[in-house]
Amino acid sequence: MANLLELNNVNHYFHLNTVHETHVLQDIQLTMKEGEFVTIIGGNGAGKSTLLNSIAGTFPVTSGNILLNQEDITKKNVVQRSQFISRVFQDPKAGTAVRLTVGENLAIAACRGKKRTLSRAKTAKNRSFFIEKLKGLNMGLEEKIDTEIGLLSGGQRQSITLLMATLNKPKLLLLDEHTAALDPKSSHIIMNKTKELIDQQHLTTFMITHNMEDALNYGQRLIMLHQGKIVVDLDETAKKNLTVADLLTLFQEQSGHSIQDDALLLQ
Amino acid sequence: MLNFLTHLPSIFISSVSQGFLWSFLAVGVYITFRLLDIPDMTTEGSFPLGGAIVSILILQGASPVISTSLAVLGGMLAGLITGLLHTKLKIPALLAGIITMTGLYSINSRIMANSATLSLIQQPTVFSWFEKILKQPHLSIIILGGMLLLILLPLLYLFFQTEIGLAIIATGDNLTMSQANGINTNSTQLLGYMLANGLIALSGALLTQQKGFSDLNAGIGTIVIGLASIIVAEVLFKQKPLLTRLFTIVLGTVVYRLILAFILELPIQANDNKFFSALFLAGCLCLPLLQQQEKKLKKGVTYHG
Repeated sequence: MANLLELNNVNHYFHLNTVHETHVLQDIQLTMKEGEFVTIIGGNGAGKSTLLNSIAGTFPVTSGNILLNQEDITKKNVVQRSQFISRVFQDPKAGTAVRLTVGENLAIAACRGKKRTLSRAKTAKNRSFFIEKLKGLNMGLEEKIDTEIGLLSGGQRQSITLLMATLNKPKLLLLDEHTAALDPKSSHIIMNKTKELIDQQHLTTFMITHNMEDALNYGQRLIMLHQGKIVVDLDETAKKNLTVADLLTLFQEQSGHSIQDDALLLQ
Repeated sequence: MLNFLTHLPSIFISSVSQGFLWSFLAVGVYITFRLLDIPDMTTEGSFPLGGAIVSILILQGASPVISTSLAVLGGMLAGLITGLLHTKLKIPALLAGIITMTGLYSINSRIMANSATLSLIQQPTVFSWFEKILKQPHLSIIILGGMLLLILLPLLYLFFQTEIGLAIIATGDNLTMSQANGINTNSTQLLGYMLANGLIALSGALLTQQKGFSDLNAGIGTIVIGLASIIVAEVLFKQKPLLTRLFTIVLGTVVYRLILAFILELPIQANDNKFFSALFLAGCLCLPLLQQQEKKLKKGVTYHG
């Protein structure tokens, strides 16, 4: 099968040509097949978010190129890439417009990848479609379709963002530690919903997590980043037999020192 | 004070009629300030621009309706320029507005054939027809202004219910989310700027015709008038849906005109009124905070250390 995503020699620097220059992504060479669910782990400052942002188009990378479906998207910005790529952020506040209702947020997401026109954003037809989708989440959110997003909890917001990101099937779904800001219970619920949605639509997914167990339990491939480089890349079979302890040992071997990141250890 | 009381009915009528015409400006400011979350100083230039365009065109013999429409287009163009400065040249919103406002002063002066005021006495205006029938200048302003508001505000509301309109609101609410959902936030901001300044120029054009002259310096303090009207509306009527909010802004503008009329009746120097307007605005802006603290006190919540 052809590669859905291809990163060729991607390098990114912060504060290039200044004393603060940091080489955050170093010669990243990465391909993802269609339908693949990849989890990414790594310590603080490993470059996980920068890697995800460079795929989303938040900033132009310093060098290298990025291909989606064999099309070079390196020079495209977030808005242009949003036609194919959708995203769930770490901060539950980031993915939704708080002053708009659940229905209005979904109506905005329903236009992703389409041209916006002067036709009504909320129609009876898309309302029943949204209610159907909200029922699918099994969280009683269909009752809240006319509630302002700002009045919902972090977990509820994050599940709506997840729904928004998958309302029009994206070619690539980016999850940026999307359960990190939630309490353990909501985090668990959202992870299960995530898996359900990904399985239903066979979504190609790229998920950053700092939870080692999640990294092992979900997805078919695991990538470990360290100091801007991919240091471990495990396929489904290699990943299956791994425990959290194995993963920690692997990390120490690869990085040459033990994990300093408490968040990573505690999981 | 006795003087004020005997004047009360006429003060009330003139505040309502003035308030109706100023409320187009307030609604325009609401679009940028509240919906797009952008402080837009272009207001102080696009308001006199509307007056300048309408007065010179009427003096040249153009029909008042066409002159007023062209004034609106002029305002939209001014909004477009600020929008381009902000979105394409990445100039911070506040500065972009100040740049356009500053440049517009000279342009307005040119439009007005280098005079500081242009008189429209004895000239036809959009109000002439109503005045002829009603024989009541204030009443005709209230009727025409009211009709325009009754048409424009629901139209504006319907626009904000469309895919494009909702995208404008989303842009002001959450830029990151909007871009992630494919909203070209540069375009939505440009559109908002144009819509807002079109309404502000309309306000300038209507008030110029009502007063009977255009004034190069009419823009000074207009942003405060717009903001104060919005804040009064928000303090008096909390948490309203958009259509209701737009109409409460009209009420807010009328109330603000009444307050200004009252301030003018105080034994103060004419130029002191701006100081009191500023004081009033500061008071209104910190009112929500005061109300919050009052609530806390009532609940018996206390903070230690």
